Amino acid sequence: MNAALLIDSSYFIAAFLFIYGLKRMSSPLTARSGIIVAGWGMVLAVLASFLYTLDVNDAAKPHLTTNIALALIALALGLGWAWRSGKKVAMTEMPQMVALYNGMGGGAAAAIAAIELIGYKTHGTVALSLAVLGGLIGAVALSGSLIAWAKLDGRINGTLRFGALQLVNGSLLLILLAIGGYIIWHGGAVAWPLFAVFFALALFYGVMMTMPIGGADMPVVISLYNAFTGLAVGFEGYVLNNPALMIAGMVVGSAGSLLTLLMAKAMNRSVANVLFSNFGAASDEAEGDIAGSQKPIDAGDAGINMRYASKVIIAPGYGLAVAQAQHKLFELVKLLQDADVEVKFAIHPVAGRMPGHMNVLLAEAGVPYDIIFDMEDINDEFKEADVAIVIGANDTVNPAARTNKSSPIYGMPVLNVDMAKQVYVVKRGQGKGYSGVENALFYADNTQMVYGDAQKVIVNMIQAIKSLGGGH
Amino acid sequence: MDYTTTLLTGFVALYIFMLAAFTGFEIIGRVPAILHTPLMSGSNFIHGIVVVGALWALINASSLAEQIIGFTGVLLGAGNAAGGYVVTERMLQMFKPSNKSAKE
Repeated sequence: MNAALLIDSSYFIAAFLFIYGLKRMSSPLTARSGIIVAGWGMVLAVLASFLYTLDVNDAAKPHLTTNIALALIALALGLGWAWRSGKKVAMTEMPQMVALYNGMGGGAAAAIAAIELIGYKTHGTVALSLAVLGGLIGAVALSGSLIAWAKLDGRINGTLRFGALQLVNGSLLLILLAIGGYIIWHGGAVAWPLFAVFFALALFYGVMMTMPIGGADMPVVISLYNAFTGLAVGFEGYVLNNPALMIAGMVVGSAGSLLTLLMAKAMNRSVANVLFSNFGAASDEAEGDIAGSQKPIDAGDAGINMRYASKVIIAPGYGLAVAQAQHKLFELVKLLQDADVEVKFAIHPVAGRMPGHMNVLLAEAGVPYDIIFDMEDINDEFKEADVAIVIGANDTVNPAARTNKSSPIYGMPVLNVDMAKQVYVVKRGQGKGYSGVENALFYADNTQMVYGDAQKVIVNMIQAIKSLGGGH
Repeated sequence: MDYTTTLLTGFVALYIFMLAAFTGFEIIGRVPAILHTPLMSGSNFIHGIVVVGALWALINASSLAEQIIGFTGVLLGAGNAAGGYVVTERMLQMFKPSNKSAKE
């Protein structure tokens, strides 16, 4: 039996299953079967890899038993840890978990590059360039993702910013490229400490690149590092002469790049702007005074008004999930639907911590996806709505983004909740949003504020509606 | 390298890269925004295939340094693949249309 043929056909099938699985993931109906199909592709590829043991390099033959043992232990540890943590993680913490797993992939790609380089196994300018480049990108993705994870997880607070930061980072990148060029120029035949310096600097660069970026921009960064890891995997795939890695890596590289652009566009920023500007640092002085005052209303009254509305649109934000109020909210929605109120959800592209994150959080609470609408699809409907209720969202519903040119968020697409006849804003207190910008919506004539913890507010609304006695 | 029946020379590799890049672009372009988070996580899982490359490197390791780095690589790659799979599957199984959730 020809082992090489078996390995290659397994990879071919795996590559097909990945693409087919990703394609199935493009519709909510088939999405789950998509990931399962891709999962089987992965199992097949990993099992086939053990056929490598039949034909190893001469230098590795004396170590074969140890290496196989090491491989099994590493697989078991990595799989066991990730499986457990993946099952346990709360849906609200999904973004940082994706960042963490992504960083691990980048690290694995960098490890492959390191082995190829310190073992002087790669020859030829193209392969060597891709090994070095993949190693660099992989290492940056590893340390960068770890910082992104730590920031989203609240382990690192605040951002590192000083005047010459971009200069330092620029010089770091130039030094890295110079070392990489030097390695390639010498055909990889340089002393190993240089490789160590190269990878250490690359890791450091990933840290320095991510530290200045604020929490609100982290989703864009995670998506970017996801694309980075894809590219690194694709490049190392070429070095290892492995088309499965090349295809999977490059598909993710391009898909991730497009997703990054889409996200940045939804936030009205360019990717360069996210990476290199100090957002929010100098925004305070630019605001004009907002006329009017915030008018509070009792949760129960607001609930009863919704009960007698004919159309209610809900604009949820991350604050909803922080208050763990999704399940109660869905209870309220069902109550309203029973009273023949038309209820729809309006989701801003960056609601939650990642694009689509809010959809996941609502799905977890059982909200069916066909009453959940993207911003473009529902923004024209707000003027027909009797009530728009904003729960735990702030910047994404600020009309100043449409009207006030001096506002730092001017130009960002927002949900047109202010166009509804009546707006309720459920909010803990009178604070500002993630961007630190005051929200003109809260002072509008048709806005009333419902102060309090989102979960308690919604429970009060439910009780008030129920006390009306069934409705019909 | 004789361990494989495929030998990728420069331009064949370029063609593969180009077609794969278009594939990724097309797949994401048609995905509704509600699936963006699972999709990011799903593509994160797909590049977990890197574990296969790390396995090859570890199995062919001939020094202690290579063994240590290879072990780390396989560990990280396996974490990427398994973690990416679990969280993606967990998210996707929650997406349900109206009629189905009404039955539950």
